[in-house]
Amino acid sequence: MQNNGGVHGGGSSFSRRLREEESEHSIIFRDAVVEIYENGEEMRHLDDSNKQLISKEPRMVEPCGSRSEGPHNWCHRGLSRRFLRQQDKSWSGNNFGAYRDDDGRPVVLQCVREAEARIAGSEFLESVSASVSSKMVEESVKLVYGKESDVVKEGRVAGVQALSGTGACRLFAEFQRRFHPESRIYLPDPTWSNHHNIWRDAQVPERTFHYYDPDSKGLNFSSLIDDVKNAPDGSFFLLHPCAHNPTGVDPTIEQWREISYQFKVKNHFPFFDMAYQGFASGNLDQDAQAIRIFLEDDHLVGCAQSFAKNMGLYGYRVGCLSILCADSNQVGPIRSQLQRIARAVYSSPPVHGVLLVSTILSDPYLKSLWIEEVKTMANRVRRMRTTLQDSLERLDSPLSWEHITNQVGFFCFSGLTPEQVNRLAREFHIYMTHDGRISMAGVTTDNVSYLANAIHEVTRSDQEAKILCNV
Amino acid sequence: MAVRNSMLNRLLSRSSDLGVARWMSSSSSSSWWKSVEPAPKDPILGVTEAFLADPSPDKVNVGVGAYRDDNGKPVVLDCVREAERRIAGSSFMEYLPMGGSVKMVEETLKLAYGENSELIKDKRIAAVQSLSGTGACRLFADFQKRFHPDSQIYIPVPTWANHHNIWRDAHVPQRTYHYYHPETKGLDFAGLMDDIKNAPNGSFFLLHACAHNPTGVDPSEEQWKEISYQFKVKGHFPFFDMAYQGFASGDPERDAKAIRIFLEDGHLFGIAQSYAKNMGLYGQRVGCLSVLCEDEKQAVAVKSQLQQLARPMYSNPPLHGALIVSTILGDADLKNLWLKEVKVMADRIIGMRTALQENLEKLRSPLSWEHITNQIGMFCYSGMTPEQVDRLTNEFHIYLTRNGRISMAGVTTGNVGYLANAIHEVTKSA
Repeated sequence: MQNNGGVHGGGSSFSRRLREEESEHSIIFRDAVVEIYENGEEMRHLDDSNKQLISKEPRMVEPCGSRSEGPHNWCHRGLSRRFLRQQDKSWSGNNFGAYRDDDGRPVVLQCVREAEARIAGSEFLESVSASVSSKMVEESVKLVYGKESDVVKEGRVAGVQALSGTGACRLFAEFQRRFHPESRIYLPDPTWSNHHNIWRDAQVPERTFHYYDPDSKGLNFSSLIDDVKNAPDGSFFLLHPCAHNPTGVDPTIEQWREISYQFKVKNHFPFFDMAYQGFASGNLDQDAQAIRIFLEDDHLVGCAQSFAKNMGLYGYRVGCLSILCADSNQVGPIRSQLQRIARAVYSSPPVHGVLLVSTILSDPYLKSLWIEEVKTMANRVRRMRTTLQDSLERLDSPLSWEHITNQVGFFCFSGLTPEQVNRLAREFHIYMTHDGRISMAGVTTDNVSYLANAIHEVTRSDQEAKILCNV
Repeated sequence: MAVRNSMLNRLLSRSSDLGVARWMSSSSSSSWWKSVEPAPKDPILGVTEAFLADPSPDKVNVGVGAYRDDNGKPVVLDCVREAERRIAGSSFMEYLPMGGSVKMVEETLKLAYGENSELIKDKRIAAVQSLSGTGACRLFADFQKRFHPDSQIYIPVPTWANHHNIWRDAHVPQRTYHYYHPETKGLDFAGLMDDIKNAPNGSFFLLHACAHNPTGVDPSEEQWKEISYQFKVKGHFPFFDMAYQGFASGDPERDAKAIRIFLEDGHLFGIAQSYAKNMGLYGQRVGCLSVLCEDEKQAVAVKSQLQQLARPMYSNPPLHGALIVSTILGDADLKNLWLKEVKVMADRIIGMRTALQENLEKLRSPLSWEHITNQIGMFCYSGMTPEQVDRLTNEFHIYLTRNGRISMAGVTTGNVGYLANAIHEVTKSA
């Protein structure tokens, strides 16, 4: 077994501490730091935003399911990613939601480079000037609701900048708690794990609603609708408008219409977390379709927007929270309350990201460049989906892999079991979250066959079982 | 209209649905946020707004706590410009770890705890990058609530207004302790010591490490030693908000004196640090929260818990400011340049304090203005009443907060004479 520097290297390397490497200009470290004490007694999961599982307390490290690997082969049940050196070609190690090009490298968009050049030196004001802030919010909400939409034209959108999608969700959760203190939030099952943390830390009780159907690896629509109907009237729901994280399973247009209708009947509050606009279909408007449907039905929605992925501005923490109002008089009060909440958390949002977004979205040339670049990224991911599925089919895998291309966005819920995921890690140095979520954004033409082969290998027993059943 | 019709059609085709009648009769979606009242306005922002709206050519803004040069202009430090140049075109824009930039945090701890601090070497400090000082305070307040849910926070009177918001939103009950003495325009040391002694053992106290905001009144070294001693006796937890290191005396080491005294006495405390003022990185929101622990193991656990709090707030802290700070502090030349520039800023303010006081004395003001040069840092608590402040604004177009706080950073050689005259006018009959 190859010692690739990952935690599963075995032998004396298990006591090695994976360190963050930082150079003068870039910070290479991006995955979790795992520390294992010398005697294997304690392990902490230091996590970042894209992990599926978070461990809150130190946990005992346990040996893998099969005892044959010996004492140094630890299964990290909570650990979804390990740091791999760049040179390891077997797998880019990218299992979190950051886009990679076909060489497996992170991408800085051209529109961002140009925007940077334009803003250089101009951002050292005490806070972002009011006009830049409001410009950024204005342009951001147009992306969500459509620039010709009534709500935008009538000035009925209360929008504020936020610390990316996380910050927008948290701001909303705090706002919800403050003005609907008895309410709960309904979260889809599954959802991005941090959603649970956000509403919990805001002290809003949670419930879940059916979403993913493991048998079809698609949407459990009938149960979803049942849950919508059975929830008390006026419940708050969190919805992913496109490119659901972690499953990649999105409702169809018709299904969205049905969901919107039921929401109207039940007078539920729809809160959208839109972290991947542009990444699902390659088209920004199309990816906002769910929200536009709700708008047609006169819902007053809320929306968290992130520019982390679709503008590649991950580390700058820039996003937007918007809440629709019945009339424009409500906008001022709502904004002031959101800003008041934010003031006691971080005072004002970091200026660099806001300036970049504002510059790009306000300039027609930069904006159209950005739209092209998003399309390119989305298309690459879709091509990888097709290629992966084709590869598996060419290997004569008797299992169905249609879900790879049915699902949308960054992630594919492969259907692999935790045991199979562990085998992928141990035998093939392919790392993914234990729920079998593959980051398609990390798949490249270089590694897709390797990935397909590996998946085929570890699903052999499934295949055998299937063949046996068919006999 | 067409939209409503299509919705109507869909509904009519499902008219058996019980919910239809309910929906048709109510416009309940308008009531989601009916109860939302406008939040109270930030008094300091109000001052700036009024200043901007004033057409008078003589107007002076001594309200906002941001540094200005002698021409009244905001300043971008040279070390920052150079750092920006170096990091421009970086190919890395991805997420920092939850705890932020390790390099930046390391350098920041050296500033607070000492360049060669054993505590840093022994890894006894749990530290994470934070969203400037505000973010550091809030993270600490949430941490305090989580692990000492029955505790309170003792906050000085007066203090930066946002301190109250922070601990309140973290659901930590607040008490105040005596600090400013209006009669002397200095420290109410006796009142302060009484409050420390009378607080229940093991209370949490917020202390301004230097350049107290808004009064500019700092304890002397001797007084800090006494405070530290009493804290030891009572087993209190000291939390330092250090937003102005370097700005008070011009020497960051000197400005950290209070912290070093507490370190000598073996306290375990927390610190919020900010680069907003001393590096002029206001909008970048870069700072650090550190909690001194008994040993490395505890520090590891505390850090992981701080990260667990940060994750559902913002996942990971912003990159740009951290890169600037670590570039500057990680390069000996840039760091020296920064230290020089901080001194220039602090010296200019000290110079303006002297000039303002001298001007008032030359006008033969009957009042004592010693407090102007006794106080330290960005702010001067002038002792003027709200009515006097109103006169300054209405008659002289001078803008400041109604508590009489003058931002010395807004005073220039160009306006100090005018300011002194105006202050003399409104106070001479006092």
